Parts: sequence; structure tokens; C-alpha cells
Amino acid sequence: MMDLYRRRRLRNQVVISLSFAATVFGLGWLALILGRLVIEGAGGLSLKVFTEMTPPPGSDGGLLNPIVGSLIITVLAVLIGTPVGILAGTYMAEYGRYSRLTQVVRFINDILLSAPSILIGLFIYEVMVAPMGHFSGVAGAVALAMLVIPVVVRTTEDMLQLVPKELREAASALGMPLAYVIRKVSYRAARAGIVTGVLLAVARISGETAPLLFTALNNQFFSANLNAPMASLPAVIFQFALSPYRDWQRLAWTGALIITLAVLALSIVARALASSRKMS
Amino acid sequence: MVDVALRGAAPAELAAASRARILGRLRLTDTVFRNLTRLAAICVLVILAGVMLSLFRASLPAISAFGLGFLVEQVWNPVTERFGALAPIYGTIITSFIAMAIAVPIGLLITLFLTELCPMWLRRPIGIAIELLAGIPSVIYGIWGLFVFAPFLQRTLQPALIDIFGPVPILSSVFAGPPYGIGVLTAGLILAIMVLPFITSVSRDVFEAVPPVLKEAAYGLGCTTWEVMRYVVLPYTRVGVIGGIMLALGRALGETMAVTFVIGNAHRVSPSLLAPGTTISATIANEFTEAVGDLYTSALIALGLILFVITFSVLAVARYLLLRIERRIG
Repeated sequence: MMDLYRRRRLRNQVVISLSFAATVFGLGWLALILGRLVIEGAGGLSLKVFTEMTPPPGSDGGLLNPIVGSLIITVLAVLIGTPVGILAGTYMAEYGRYSRLTQVVRFINDILLSAPSILIGLFIYEVMVAPMGHFSGVAGAVALAMLVIPVVVRTTEDMLQLVPKELREAASALGMPLAYVIRKVSYRAARAGIVTGVLLAVARISGETAPLLFTALNNQFFSANLNAPMASLPAVIFQFALSPYRDWQRLAWTGALIITLAVLALSIVARALASSRKMS
Repeated sequence: MVDVALRGAAPAELAAASRARILGRLRLTDTVFRNLTRLAAICVLVILAGVMLSLFRASLPAISAFGLGFLVEQVWNPVTERFGALAPIYGTIITSFIAMAIAVPIGLLITLFLTELCPMWLRRPIGIAIELLAGIPSVIYGIWGLFVFAPFLQRTLQPALIDIFGPVPILSSVFAGPPYGIGVLTAGLILAIMVLPFITSVSRDVFEAVPPVLKEAAYGLGCTTWEVMRYVVLPYTRVGVIGGIMLALGRALGETMAVTFVIGNAHRVSPSLLAPGTTISATIANEFTEAVGDLYTSALIALGLILFVITFSVLAVARYLLLRIERRIG
């Protein structure tokens, strides 16, 4: 009897210590990666990074063209993807909440949410780059927009579902048509949540590399021409990190630090926004 | 519309006409908006169908050239234009398998810590920190893996594995060869770190949905924390946990950049986990822009189609399982 008791306690203690260890293990990676990123990247962080072009190997330079390229592509992707995402989420939560179409779309959207982004790159290559005959910034933006849509659809639907139906009923009772109820009541009530979704989508795409490789490609020079290949921070990191040149590798680390800080800041802001909503 | 009713000064017919006009306009707006939103929803379906169709169409040349033999052929030779997908498929599966073998137990243990053991005030910060691992872009894992993690493994873990398993008959070929640093094992380990947060966040959601009364009853009978976990929480949430694992598996199978940096891009099937290999996504990322010739491009896209079929099936099963548990929890 005592033996069984001791064995059960022992087993419990082993599992508990393992679970402590696992948590330390998980947090350890975060610390190791971020720490190394700061050590390697911060050294190269200077004003020059934001004012000079990517250099040829062996000389000095910065990351101005990929930073600008990334900003252009990201903004464009959000401009294309957000309206589609919000409208689709609106249909699912407001018009067709119980329809068959909504169930199918929700299922497919959830799959798209975690589908490999490199396949989206191949898709856009097939439908845009190959027919146009050349790589272009706009193709990169469309590829990233395909990744924005599922994130925005999901959060918009979730947030609109949270809007109390009494609000809608009250508005409808005043004689408002549904389109007005949605725009004047539901959207306003869910605004913070929808903005959170957009921020999360931006965080998701700003580090994406794979879909850009075959769409926007890369560009050694400054270019704001959407119809031409365009540099982007992730693509430059990929190219520079795998190069044998020490100064290119250093720039890659600096770029990596910039992206990570931006992405983490975005996701923390989004989280804060979401939780402030939940409490109110 | 309230305005319309108040504008009583106008003659009755006029008021009725303008009322009808306004109502008509409202009805039109409503119809337009409604159809616009439906169109956007259909758009989501079109994206998936588009991905599938365009991949299929573009891989037709490769399919007609190699047939089903493409799946089991190991040769990958752009010069003679002979292509087979065996090495990338093998690499994709084996790296994901390593990742899941490590991430599943560790992820569940972290969830156990977060839901049962951790003091309340620490739960949020630790939960967020683990989820931040998912927020780090994969290219960052790649550069870190290449410059920090791979050299570290080359100096420590890999020589140790070779020493320990060298004399053991079968395992000696699994851990054979010089420690390159990069290779299948390194890619699998990095994938494990990357998918950890997905397992943790899904299983945390389903663990927290277990009715407290069930756990309290078990504790009341004198069960230990581990026994409550093993005999109450896990059986209750099994479907959801499996769904979360499949979701993470879907991620691991399709992950591109991190793997591309550290796997070594070698088109061969080697029994050794320490040898360089390749995965489907890494092959595409490395070779697509440099591919010359229609057949080469088509073979790469055919690889993409295979990846699509694999991940789509895994993710569909994952979503189906999660949907089932969602319904049960309500």
C-alpha cells in the first residue's frame, strides 16, 4: 500500500519536473534567438542602414531599397487583402451566418490560414508572373494579399459574432436596412477587433519570404516601379545570409533584427488592443 | 426614413413618391452590399481552387513525362532532365516526423504547466512568450539556424550521437557520417521549435475547456496532478489535442525558409539523419527562379502539387477534428 502511494507520488513529481523543464526549454529558445539577434544585429544598426542602398560585396551600404520595397509591398497587400477579408467575414457573420456557403468558406479559410505560403507564391507566379513575362512588385503584393485575406476573414467573423444581437435588433427595429445596421452598428462595435486582425495580418506577412521569391524577386537597386522586380527585406536577408561575404551577412543580421522587432511590436500592439477590448 | 415621415409639409403624393424613392435606394444598397459580401466570401473558395488548378495545370508536362514513377524516382538531374520526387518527399516527411516527435511531448508538458501548475499571474506572460515563438518570421529561424544552431550542433550533439550510436548495429547508420552541422536532423530540430507554439496554444484552449467539475472530482478522489491529466483531461480533450498536432504537422510539412537554410539541399535519400537532404519546399525555394527549361519548372511545380495534396489532407483532418470538439464544447 505504502509502496503504491510512493510510486504514484514519485511519478507525479517526475512529470511535474519535466513540465517545468519543458517550459524553461521553450522559453530558452525564445531568449537564445532574440538574444543572438540583438548581439549580431545591433552592431550594424546605424543611420546608414536606413539611408543607403544595398552594397555590392566588399563595400559599405545599407538596406534602404529593401526597406522601402517591403513597405510598399506590405501596404499594397493590405490594401488589396483587407477589403476582401472584411467583406467575406461580414457575409459569414451577418448575412449568411447559418448558410451552407459560410460553413464551407470557414473550413477552407481555416485551411488557407495555415497553408504553406510557398504554394501561394507558385500560384501567383502561374497567374501573374508567367503571363506578364517578368517578375514585379505588384505580383509580390498580390501574393501577400492572399495571406492577408484568411487572417482578416477569421478575425472579422469572430469579432462580428461577438457583437450582441440586441444591438442589431434595436437598429433593425428603428427601420434601418441590414446594410446600414452592419455598417453603422456592427462595424463600430467590432472596430477594435477588426483592426487587431489587420495588424496580425501585417505581422504575418512582413516576415514572409517564400511567396516573394517567385513574384517580386529582388532588386539590387532602388525601385518604386510596381511593374518591375522589387527588393524586399526578407528576400535580401535570404540572399545576403547565404552569400559568402562577411559584410553581406552582417547586413542580413541587421535586417533580421529590424523585421523581428517590427513583427513583435505589431503582434504585441495587436494583443494589447484585443485584450483591452475583452476587459471593457 | 424618419426624416421622410416628418416632411409632412409636402403634398401627400409627393411625400409618397420620395418615400418610395428612398426606400428603393435603401433596398438597392442592401442588395449590392449583400452580394458584395457574398462575392468576397466566394473569393476565399476561388483562391484555394485557383491554387489547386494552377498547380495541376502547370505540372501536367512533368506528369505526362514521368507518370506515377515521379513519386518513387530518386534521380534529380536538370542536365539530362530526369526528375524524381523521392528525395524531397522523404526529406519532408522525415524532418516533420523529427519535429513532431520532439514538439508533441514538450508542447503538451508546457500546456500542463500553463494550465495546472503555473501561478495565475505568470500564466499570461509565459503563454504570450511561447506564442511569440510563432510570431518570429521563419527567415529569422533560418539565419539563426545557419549561423548559430548548426555550428553548435556540429560541435556538441552530432559528435556525441556518432560516438554513442557508432557501435550499435542499426542506429550506427542512422547517425552515421561526419557532423556537417546542417542536415536533416538540424532542420527537424528547428521545425520542432517552430511548431511548439501551435501545439501549446491549441491544446491550452481545449484543456481549459474541460469542465472544472470533472477535474475537481478526480482531485477529490485523491488523484495526483499527473493522474488527473492522464485519466481525465487527456481522454476528454483527445480529439482536440490530435487536431492541434495535425495543425502543427501541416505547418511543419510546408515550412520553407527555415528549412532551406539548414538542410543542405542534397537530392538523395540517406539513412543518416546527420546527412544533408532536401524537402519539397526547400527544393522549390532554392531552384525555382534558376530553373531553365519547361520540364524543369514543371517538375518543381509538380513537387508543389504533391506538397499541396499532403498539407491539404493533413490540415483538413485537423480542422475537422477541431470542429468536432468545438461543437461538443459548444
